[in-house]
Amino acid sequence: MNLIAQLPVLPIVVPIIAAPITLLLPPGRAPHLWASLFSWLTFAACIALFMQVSANGPISYELGDWAPPIGIEYYVDLANALVLLLVSGIAAVVFPFAYRSVQLEIDERQTPLFYGALLICMTGLLGVTITGDAFNVFVFLEISSLSGYALIAMGARRDRRALTAAFNYLVMGTIGATFFVIGIGLLYQATGTLNMADLAQRLIGQDNRMISAGFAFILVGMGLKLAMFPLHLWLPNAYTYAPSAVTAFMAATATKVAVYVIIRFIFSVFNFDFAFIGAAFTYVLLPLGLAGMFVASLVALFQEDVKRMLAYSSVAQIGYMLLGLSFATVEGLTATLVHVFNHALMKGALFMAVACVVLRAGSHSIHAFAGLSKRMPVTTWAFIISGLSLIGVPLTVGFISKWYLLQAAFEAGHWYAGFLIVASSLIALAYVGRVAEVMLLREPAEEGKYAMPKEEAPLSMLIPMWVLVAANIYFGVRTDLTGGIATRAAEALMAMAGGAP
Amino acid sequence: MDHLILRVTTKLMFAPIILFGFYVQFHGDFGPGGGFQAGVIFAVAFILHAFCFGLEETKKVLPQKALTVLMVIGFLFYAGTGVVTMLLGANFLAYDALVPNSTHHAGQHYGIILVEWGVGVAVAATMLTIFYHFTGREPDIDQEDW
Repeated sequence: MNLIAQLPVLPIVVPIIAAPITLLLPPGRAPHLWASLFSWLTFAACIALFMQVSANGPISYELGDWAPPIGIEYYVDLANALVLLLVSGIAAVVFPFAYRSVQLEIDERQTPLFYGALLICMTGLLGVTITGDAFNVFVFLEISSLSGYALIAMGARRDRRALTAAFNYLVMGTIGATFFVIGIGLLYQATGTLNMADLAQRLIGQDNRMISAGFAFILVGMGLKLAMFPLHLWLPNAYTYAPSAVTAFMAATATKVAVYVIIRFIFSVFNFDFAFIGAAFTYVLLPLGLAGMFVASLVALFQEDVKRMLAYSSVAQIGYMLLGLSFATVEGLTATLVHVFNHALMKGALFMAVACVVLRAGSHSIHAFAGLSKRMPVTTWAFIISGLSLIGVPLTVGFISKWYLLQAAFEAGHWYAGFLIVASSLIALAYVGRVAEVMLLREPAEEGKYAMPKEEAPLSMLIPMWVLVAANIYFGVRTDLTGGIATRAAEALMAMAGGAP
Repeated sequence: MDHLILRVTTKLMFAPIILFGFYVQFHGDFGPGGGFQAGVIFAVAFILHAFCFGLEETKKVLPQKALTVLMVIGFLFYAGTGVVTMLLGANFLAYDALVPNSTHHAGQHYGIILVEWGVGVAVAATMLTIFYHFTGREPDIDQEDW
């Protein structure tokens, strides 16, 4: 076996083979160790793939030796290598982290199913990212979504509302996937091909109703999956009632992958010669991005539940990503890619901190956070540092995101957007500050529902959490890593779409 | 004994249904048919048995534990074929590597038969698992328990 030649398929094959075997393991420790091991192997494969792409340029892999456009092609360039690295990296941190949290929140007999579903969900997300075939995107999207619904529903052991949340997500997500596949169908009808590169070739010069309807279906379908305001209604409940580890994993990866799909379709399948792309930027992504930034942030401000607050904050952060995208410049696209990466780091860390609190206090209400600095100082500071990153304080990744975004806004001539970015960051300051105030200044509850022992979360949770917190700072200082790669990826995408450099 | 005619008919039908399943299964690589349809037909035989003899009787033949194992085996047959072709130095699921130097792509035949077999086993086991869970479900949750 030639490992280098087979590298592009390994991030899919390794976890998909591991996932069913998880079902046969005895409940308890074994499924967790098995899943963690394979999340690391997948991460290693993704790192190797990233190095290769970064050094030698895009890689194409023909599944079953059927040459594209007939066969399924895996196509890896810098943009999706970065997302692959992100998804597998978050998985490699969250899987080991999950053990204690899952022990508390999920019936032990279900642990093989749980870790199996988690591995399948990761495979689906990696598959969406890696494939160069439009229909294959849909298949992997459904693989990740279906396992995602099951994972969210497993929160029902603690709170039955997880069932309605999962069902809501199932309905909305299925509508999204259906719209997406209708869009693909229209494009297939127009061109007779499903391979993305081939689609791009054959779409040239075909500007008609069918193509624009196809694009509209794809945009709305993906908008549902990525929780674009006002299609985000499934997200707050799903993230609030899902098991803590699932929230940490999905918040950091699922919506990001959907953002990547939109980017891939706009830049690699369609291009700027289509008038509707420009219209989508100006009349859909820009206003909805801005609206999401404010409305969702304001809603987050008034939440009594920290997990729900962070979920609304996620919707707001997706607004930033869409905003950067809507500028239609290399700078804007760079800002979006950087924020996709950085937001995963900060939301992952924040939701992991919440998981630690749930483990000790048994609740994610803001009252459970009262006086947390006296009971769980290590967790408190992890929350505060990643919270600062969410706001965009210098020396954290959040600052880098905002910096790129502001630069892009001013260069694109949308100076008002620049001010709105700063203004919505101030709202983030308010809602993170509110939790920080409760954690640092309030006295902990001595008795009653929220009383808890003075005990830090276990090391198996603290270490992965602090790895992500450290990444928040590391990538906030070493800006050349994410920024440089994102710029190169954005330039390549822009060149494909034929936009102004 | 209740429903004697139904039960005797089911006993008569059971083997032909399975046989028909095999027919569809092995037809998959050169005609209409294949693992998915065959898997459903396999499952139908057992579902018919459960209808006429009760779920508990069917579970004596095929307990849920066995179904889980079958699901995994079926899936691994499929993915494993891909891994074998990778180990033989070709791409994932490139069946030609199974029989190198064949003049008429014999590897494609072997490969698709293995993969279809995996699909058939996995689909049959999954169908039955879904059926077991729907029919063996506990009564609805009371409003009080929410």
